[in-house]
Amino acid sequence: MATLEIKNLHVSVDTDQGKKQILRGVDLVVKSGETHAIMGPNGSGKSTLAYSIAGHPKYEITEGEILLDGQNVLEMAVDERAKAGLFLAMQYPVEVPGVSVSNFLRTAKTALDGEAPKLREWIGDLKHAMKNLRMDPDFTERNVNEGFSGGEKKRHEILQLELLKPKIAILDETDSGLDVDALKVVSEGVNRAKEETGLGVLLITHYTRILRYIEPDFVHVFVAGKVAEQGGPELAERLEAEGYDRYLKTEA
Amino acid sequence: MAQHGIEAHEHKLVPLQTRSERPRSTSISDFPELSNRQEIWRYLPMDRLQGLDAEVIGEVTQSELSIGLSGTVTANWIDSSEKIVGTAGLPEDRISAIAWTNASKTLLVEVPADQEIAEPVFLTLKLEELAAKALHIFVKVGANAKATIVLDHIGQGFLAENVEILLDPGAKLDFVSIQDWDNGSSHVSNQFTRLGRDSTLKHVVVSLGGDLVRVTPSVALDSPGAEIQMYGVFLADSKNYFEHRPYVDHIAENCVSNVAYKGALQGAGAHTVWVGDVLIRETAIGTNSYELNRNLLLTDGARADSVPNLEIETGKIEGAGHASASGRFDDEQLFYLMARGIGDTEAKRLVVRGFLNEVVQKVGISQVEDRLIASIEQGLEKAGV
Repeated sequence: MATLEIKNLHVSVDTDQGKKQILRGVDLVVKSGETHAIMGPNGSGKSTLAYSIAGHPKYEITEGEILLDGQNVLEMAVDERAKAGLFLAMQYPVEVPGVSVSNFLRTAKTALDGEAPKLREWIGDLKHAMKNLRMDPDFTERNVNEGFSGGEKKRHEILQLELLKPKIAILDETDSGLDVDALKVVSEGVNRAKEETGLGVLLITHYTRILRYIEPDFVHVFVAGKVAEQGGPELAERLEAEGYDRYLKTEA
Repeated sequence: MAQHGIEAHEHKLVPLQTRSERPRSTSISDFPELSNRQEIWRYLPMDRLQGLDAEVIGEVTQSELSIGLSGTVTANWIDSSEKIVGTAGLPEDRISAIAWTNASKTLLVEVPADQEIAEPVFLTLKLEELAAKALHIFVKVGANAKATIVLDHIGQGFLAENVEILLDPGAKLDFVSIQDWDNGSSHVSNQFTRLGRDSTLKHVVVSLGGDLVRVTPSVALDSPGAEIQMYGVFLADSKNYFEHRPYVDHIAENCVSNVAYKGALQGAGAHTVWVGDVLIRETAIGTNSYELNRNLLLTDGARADSVPNLEIETGKIEGAGHASASGRFDDEQLFYLMARGIGDTEAKRLVVRGFLNEVVQKVGISQVEDRLIASIEQGLEKAGV
């Protein structure tokens, strides 16, 4: 059982106009096996939350805590957070020229496990995971994210999720830019990881569409850097019908 | 980062002279003495020339150059006064003229027509004497022949060199020039190439060691349908000054040129210069040309100068573009790798290896690739990356 606790999290970023506060006191607890959907309008701080948990240097934590099983995540380097069991599926994964997918995945697996995976087993796992995600076998010979289509990038993120087996995964708008078929394939991958490893999921999305395939246990509505409302799956249905206007009006 | 093609914009900067107006001569006195005030010597650390600019210098002895032939390829030392010498190109600067005048013999490497040579030919120059020396090599590839030649420079010494490469119609050559000198070496190499109709040259420059290494590969595309790929990969540390000046002269129609140089620099004082000239003459209709230089600065105090020059005298071309960028590690790449559990050092190594790999993969000769990869690993170790 793993527990990710976010307490009173305040985060700001440096902009050309000076420091800008984005998160204003976020409280959230995600446990193994749970799926939490974070929904909210653009600019509400959803992605900031994702990158702050992963430790992107651009975001400055000004107040609050992030704990994983009681351990202070904020004191960990980016790679240490991954080793502790956190995973961020990125919305815009960057290209790493000249580094093949196969080399990258093996290097990551080795770093996380502290030893190189047994070759035969690893190749078997890789093939199996790729087949499940309907990926071409020669995909591993391509350079990381280079020339990938939007759908390929997202599949590649979920491939890593399945192979690296984290405890808690943050999915940052994994649904954006996917057609229905790709959305289904990617969602199946997430559901497999939940089933096989008891993964806890923090699912960040603007739309309710992906929630038809990955069922949330909790829904949190993010507005202006805070959780404005939370509830069960029924909250997502309400958002589907009403949109975010209600929250934005009270904000004004 | 600047990246643009002819369709995207027009160059407003008018160069002081067109590249083709540079004088060509074998006579030393036709060129002024070296000075940093001349564009071509602008960046050069004059205190590292080690006498390579003296009018009289020594000559590489035949025992210093070992020749590993392959198949039906021949190699013979001929008098530099023979007619073939100078048919691929003539000096455009003083040191080239000095090397020309002082090399009484020329090593002529010939690949007979219609021969496909499977294994690479290795020419290994090993200098062990700290004296300025001249060397002239002529490579001739017969019509429709195919070969690979590796010219390797190792040891310690001072070398002024001219390399001529002549491809007959339909010939195909992969040529690799490796500069892997010990510290305390200086090397100025002019490499002239002339491509026959529908011939193809892959020219690769690999610079790994030397206090001063200056390589100026130039190609005259004066027969239709010829294609040149010019690749360069270099790894400079605080002891190294590397200068690469590729020049592509598009004269005939329907020729293709692609230039890509990539380098990594580390340590205070490491300095690399890349000046890429592409001239597309009025007659060069249907030209397709691209040149690129990227430099990755691994530590503070390293300096990379990058100057792409593109002159276009006709609009009737397929395409012409250039790109140049020098920068530090990409933080987003490092974040992505580290977010997967890969440690800081390993992530940086992956990025550097990957960065250089794009060109390393183009070399296509496993012995050379292995050596390059080993050098890169060694360099990264040294940099503490």
